[in-house]
Amino acid sequence: MKIHEYQAKELFAQAGIPVPAGRAATSVDEAVAIAEEIIPPVMVKAQVHVGGRGKAGGVKYAENTEAAKIWAQSILGMDLKGLTVKKILVTKAVEITSESYIGIILDRATKSPVIMVSASGGVDIEEVAAKTPEKIHKLTVNPRTGLQPYQARELAFKLFRDIGLVRQVADIISKLYDVFWKVDASLVEINPLITTPINQVIAIDAKVNIDDNGLFRQKDVAAMRDLDAENTSEVEAREAGLSFIKLDGNIGCIVNGAGLAMATMDLVKHYGGDPANFLDIGGSSNPEKVLTAMRIIMRDPNVKAILINIFGGITRCDDVAKGIAGAFEELHPSIPVVVRLTGTNEAAGRKILAGYKLPTAPTLDEVVKKAISLAGLKEEEV
Amino acid sequence: MAIFIDKKTRLIVQGITGRDGSFHAEQMKKYGTNVVGGVTPGKGGSKVAGIPVFNTVAEAVAKTGANTSVIYVPPPFAADSILEAVDNGIKTVVCITEGVPANDMMKVYHYVKHRGVRLIGPNCPGLISPELSKVGIIPGNICEKGHIGVVSRSGTLTYEVIFALTLAKMGQSTCIGIGGDQVIGTNFIDCLEAFENDRSTKGVVMIGEIGGSDEEEAAKFFKKKMTKPVVAFIAGRTAPPGKRMGHAGAIISGSSGTAADKVEALNKVGIPVATSPLDIPTLMVEKLKMKKTKTTKAAPAKKSLKKAAAKKTTAKAASKKSKTSKKTAARPSIKSKKR
Repeated sequence: MKIHEYQAKELFAQAGIPVPAGRAATSVDEAVAIAEEIIPPVMVKAQVHVGGRGKAGGVKYAENTEAAKIWAQSILGMDLKGLTVKKILVTKAVEITSESYIGIILDRATKSPVIMVSASGGVDIEEVAAKTPEKIHKLTVNPRTGLQPYQARELAFKLFRDIGLVRQVADIISKLYDVFWKVDASLVEINPLITTPINQVIAIDAKVNIDDNGLFRQKDVAAMRDLDAENTSEVEAREAGLSFIKLDGNIGCIVNGAGLAMATMDLVKHYGGDPANFLDIGGSSNPEKVLTAMRIIMRDPNVKAILINIFGGITRCDDVAKGIAGAFEELHPSIPVVVRLTGTNEAAGRKILAGYKLPTAPTLDEVVKKAISLAGLKEEEV
Repeated sequence: MAIFIDKKTRLIVQGITGRDGSFHAEQMKKYGTNVVGGVTPGKGGSKVAGIPVFNTVAEAVAKTGANTSVIYVPPPFAADSILEAVDNGIKTVVCITEGVPANDMMKVYHYVKHRGVRLIGPNCPGLISPELSKVGIIPGNICEKGHIGVVSRSGTLTYEVIFALTLAKMGQSTCIGIGGDQVIGTNFIDCLEAFENDRSTKGVVMIGEIGGSDEEEAAKFFKKKMTKPVVAFIAGRTAPPGKRMGHAGAIISGSSGTAADKVEALNKVGIPVATSPLDIPTLMVEKLKMKKTKTTKAAPAKKSLKKAAAKKTTAKAASKKSKTSKKTAARPSIKSKKR
């Protein structure tokens, strides 16, 4: 799960990481009030889940309250890489003498958090990493013993020679590491971490991604989810326990297991169709999940056929069949629904669906081909 | 022979009284796995499908001599359950649970390694050595005993491939789902190494997917260390670019983790990648043939004699095996069920 910059900064502030004063606003009046309160100059920053906000015109400097008002008017409601800006962060502008980068991420290879620092922080950090990887310093932390003070110091010395700055940065690295664990983050990032002319170190941007698997014990963080920033179908799917990603194709896919879902989509494309979505109903599927999946997919006018491919293991075919039957009773689909049920309780599943006379096929390749051909037939009829 | 589990496996089921735990405990027992006990705190003294339930793993191990555990508990308790198994001397722990926090698993992973325990999963379907033992949720009726090892990051896609192999009369030595999470106990390389050292395995099917660089690492391992053929499938060739994990994601991986990259890395070392999972058996047949001709050509005279003799014996063993597999075909298999 992604959270906004202003929310990430709240987490940082709670942990004692210095961030500039500021708050989020959803209206121009609110933005002006915040600007007056924290005393300009201020920055006005679009709060949307995309990278490169500054380059796209979503981050502006305002010398005074009037300028803040003008920028708030222009940024609120603007389109930023396909997303509408509904919230802005108004924050105290600070004078910058240097820009560094600090990031902590879970590294799959070492199964450990890796801390990365670079003295070349700022908007072009990815370019720095690609062209001059030697400017990025990495440290793998043993998750059992945690980050040691000497390790934080070593990293800080990669950024500064001045011991005053090093102490501040080492402290920030330690606190950032604590945030990473405390909120079940998969990524925490400060870019840039700046120094001021009077040698203060401040995080002027913040990024935190949360591991979805940790949300059950992160009630406060989970409440930060911005439903406005997400596709409504994806929200509905998540609430039903489905993984769903909307695509632009014509074959709706309902599959159990992410790997099989992807393989099914690959074959849809291979045989000349185009997947309309990625949808994994997960394990232990109850009939309700299948019903929701059908409802979400049928809402997409581009979908010409629905392909249901279930290979039962922990998922039981009879549960899925009950869901499909329920969907037929409740939603009366007008497009072909092609079903393949194999594995745990498949006979029971077939029995439930016997009355619906659904087109079916025994193998993966055949069921995909059938769905594509039926989708085509439907098109000709119309 | 098989890898990780066999007739010596004495299994306990952690979370045996839950919906999934009870169902699959019974399935495993029916398959012939030696399920010696189950654990659910507070349900000690009861029975599930005739299997005795204990309050703690300590008690279960003391009373049953279990050496393997399979975990079906909900995600908040999964890490604790793994540690409970490890601390009580269990040598192989298979965690089926989906949705375990990555931070929990990072800590558990390093502890488990330190204790020298084999952890498989989490978020995996477990493993099966056909006719010997099944630990997890892979449907037993799609498997057939034989000489192909299967290792996969996926669950249901693995079943698809196993089923295709079985229909093509290519039985399996062991099929193992290692799980799709970021932090998993056993990776491709661990399994490839085990299959390479397993006498009953002649070829390996590896099923990967987009993300991470495990497939690329496996390709390197194959080139350096393996003599047995490997055939692969990569899911997600048409997947849209995933949600990026900020700058750090691009920085740390150094590669994009796309299907195209993985296919290229595998092809480069001589691992063919199937377009459809159903093409895997054909590719495997070709690879096994190629390997035979290669070894006879390459081997110097003396060795080739030895090898020829070895081949005769394996051929004998194979013909014996085919007899037994005919016998097993007589028992209700998925083929007869389906038609």
